[in-house]
Amino acid sequence: MDPFEDTLRQLRGAFNTGRTRPAEFRAAQLRGLGRFLEDNKQLLQDALAQDLHKSAFESEVSEIAISQGEVTLALRNLRAWMKDQRVPKNLATQLDSAFIRKEPFGLVLIVAPWNYPLNLTLVPLVGALAAGNCVVLKPSEISTSVEKVLAEVLPRYLDQSCFAVVLGGPQEMAQLLEHKFDYIFFTGSPRVGRIVMTAAAKHLTPVTLELGGKNPCYVDDNCDPQTVANRVAWFRYFNAGQTCVAPDYILCSPETQERLLPALQSAITRFYGDDPQSSPNLGRIINQKQFQRLRALLGCGRVAIGGQPTVLVDVQEMEPVMQEEIFGPILPIVSVRSLDEAVDFINRREKPLALYAFSNSSQVVKRVLARTSSGGFCGNDGFMHLTLASLPFGGVGASGMGRYHGKFSFDTFSHHRACLLRSPGMEKVNALRYPPHSQRNLRVLLVAMEARCCSCTLL
Amino acid sequence: MKDKPAATNTLTKLGSAFIRKEPFGLVLIIAPWNYPVNLTLVPLVGALAAGNCVVLKPSEISKATEKVLAEVLPEYLDQSCFAVLLGGPEETGQLLEHKFDYILFTGSPRVGRIVMTAAAKHLTPVTLELGGKNPCYVDDNCNPQTVANRVAWFRYFNAGQTCVAPDYILCSPETQERLLPALQSAITRFYGDDPQSSPNLGRIINQKQFQRLRALLGCGRVAIGGQSDESQRYIAPTVLVDVQETEPVMQEEIFGPILPIVSVRSLDEAVDFINRREKPLALYAFSNSSQVVNQMLDRTSSGNFGGNEGFMYLTLPSLPLGGVGNSGMGRYHGKFSFDTFSHHRACLLSHAGLEQLNQMRYPPYTAWSQQLIRWALASPSCTLL
Repeated sequence: MDPFEDTLRQLRGAFNTGRTRPAEFRAAQLRGLGRFLEDNKQLLQDALAQDLHKSAFESEVSEIAISQGEVTLALRNLRAWMKDQRVPKNLATQLDSAFIRKEPFGLVLIVAPWNYPLNLTLVPLVGALAAGNCVVLKPSEISTSVEKVLAEVLPRYLDQSCFAVVLGGPQEMAQLLEHKFDYIFFTGSPRVGRIVMTAAAKHLTPVTLELGGKNPCYVDDNCDPQTVANRVAWFRYFNAGQTCVAPDYILCSPETQERLLPALQSAITRFYGDDPQSSPNLGRIINQKQFQRLRALLGCGRVAIGGQPTVLVDVQEMEPVMQEEIFGPILPIVSVRSLDEAVDFINRREKPLALYAFSNSSQVVKRVLARTSSGGFCGNDGFMHLTLASLPFGGVGASGMGRYHGKFSFDTFSHHRACLLRSPGMEKVNALRYPPHSQRNLRVLLVAMEARCCSCTLL
Repeated sequence: MKDKPAATNTLTKLGSAFIRKEPFGLVLIIAPWNYPVNLTLVPLVGALAAGNCVVLKPSEISKATEKVLAEVLPEYLDQSCFAVLLGGPEETGQLLEHKFDYILFTGSPRVGRIVMTAAAKHLTPVTLELGGKNPCYVDDNCNPQTVANRVAWFRYFNAGQTCVAPDYILCSPETQERLLPALQSAITRFYGDDPQSSPNLGRIINQKQFQRLRALLGCGRVAIGGQSDESQRYIAPTVLVDVQETEPVMQEEIFGPILPIVSVRSLDEAVDFINRREKPLALYAFSNSSQVVNQMLDRTSSGNFGGNEGFMYLTLPSLPLGGVGNSGMGRYHGKFSFDTFSHHRACLLSHAGLEQLNQMRYPPYTAWSQQLIRWALASPSCTLL
């Protein structure tokens, strides 16, 4: 017995009635989402603390405020985003109406991970709802407290004929993926990303995959070590390192490594105190499995700064800590002798989700940018680019495909339908194109079709 | 190619935010046989403009064009960055086992699935330009000759072998009666009394397609045309009536010069008929009333839409060409091609110094610093900082 069959059929049925199309309906859903966040702030903070030991600050900044910001942005811009987009015409279509219409795909599936269980569920949801889709949400079963709130409380704030939360582990996911969706949005590992895309291919379902990778962090000799250490440490150890865009490893010269180590220790002590384990600002690893995996990585290289958070040095490229995405509060430093060597190192590997370069010289930063590829890039800081809804968030290569945030979310969850509306009359004008053809007609037709004529005011 | 600036918020005010377009790397373009130059070269333009290296796999079915593309085209391009590969389904299968950084495929939904499944192994993004049965709704309130001219021209262009051609008509029996003589009139005007001798009517690409189409002539009842000539792979411009939804001609994309007319009693019935089926690549609605045209547009979905017209929208590079659902994913033409073949990399260049300004984001936190950050994140282009 397929547990999802009925739910999916109902949601499709609701979509086919056109219920989610009007702007009023969509705005109401978005406002409901906003109220969910406001009304349940404490509940959500408690759940995030239970799952990941997230501090109130981290919950606020990286989960709740971000989600609320997206809701507000969508509400403010909904009608503008929904509007038909007029396009320039050529001479042949001068009298016609040409535009791109944004339409919902229909039934959208959002699969979310456990590390930012609220943000990575709700931010895509904002886009899917704003675009007028019916949505099935599959939160991670690993972040159990947040999963519970999403399953039990969130639906009350939305129209449940057009929205459902489904629960389960890998087996249920596989069952779910056998069904046809009109769009699938997945955040998780590349390994599971392949499984999702393969399942989507059976139904020709378009996908956005927000995956991961090892995000390189190049630190130039020409830098202020304490500034760099502050910035790298904060972004690395935020959420106990369980962030897909966190700097994964540092590339720098041995000299810079010597300057960085005391600066990193200083930053760590400043942020988390002498006994980080008792700091309220340091998160915890999500579960035993991840914890054991990370503990094993501590054997790589040499521990330069110990306990939790950790910095490793003398790390070889073949060691496990350099073979998989770390996703924990461990920061390896890999020695390189020059910028060129760093760039080669980076380009030998899979394209990462994020790439960082620190230098007092903007030339150096721009060179790293120009000679590499990654989902996103930040010079002289960590993943601040995520806070800008005007920038698309997405991967490339093994780190993913597609993008979202702000208007990019709306566009991701919309089909952009090209429309041309002509007059039913004026048939004489069309005579040019009908056979039997003449050379002269052909010449006139080609001129009329030329794009450059679109600004022609003769007609 | 230019970096596209993006708006900053208070926390990132002193930085520079922009989107950089980057080539993906190695792009594979697989083209079909029906518009073998267009559907190979137009994607190629986008891939090259975006800075990629390109592998072209033209269709082995349109042999003469394949030869020109394989032998002449490379002479005009830098062959260290461009290659043409030849072969049939087996070779394409082998090709797809390799990793590409982007694949653009034009062809059938069946093969589209195969391409996407192969791409999934390497997490390769794809654009799939597929097909479907493109409905053509004709309202009672119309000028039959005008409609017939427009529908016939777009249907029989390239002997019907066009992914965006009107595939079948939906109209009332009364309108059907007015359309039939008008369609005959248009066909005669365009192709003469003996269409087989007209220089303006194409032929079916090969025997396999010809046989397939000839079999479809047995569906419903032939109202116009119906002749065929195997030696020329010729099929006359044909109109079928009394066609049932379950017959083969309504079960597969026709891709030939055969136009079935399916009876419906109202706009509602037409909309239901359309929405019961896979989303098509194109959808057409003919009516003197713009209300009716807009209703059709509002109540259905398709890759593209033409009101009182066939696929003229293809001539506008400002409009994206792409499917939805079974008819495909992604889009191209004009700037859309460039954007399709580019990775849009979000970039933020922050200041190396001014570390004082960052103090409030570092732990340990106070309630005040939390409030300040919250505000700073939410504000758009605030000039306070």
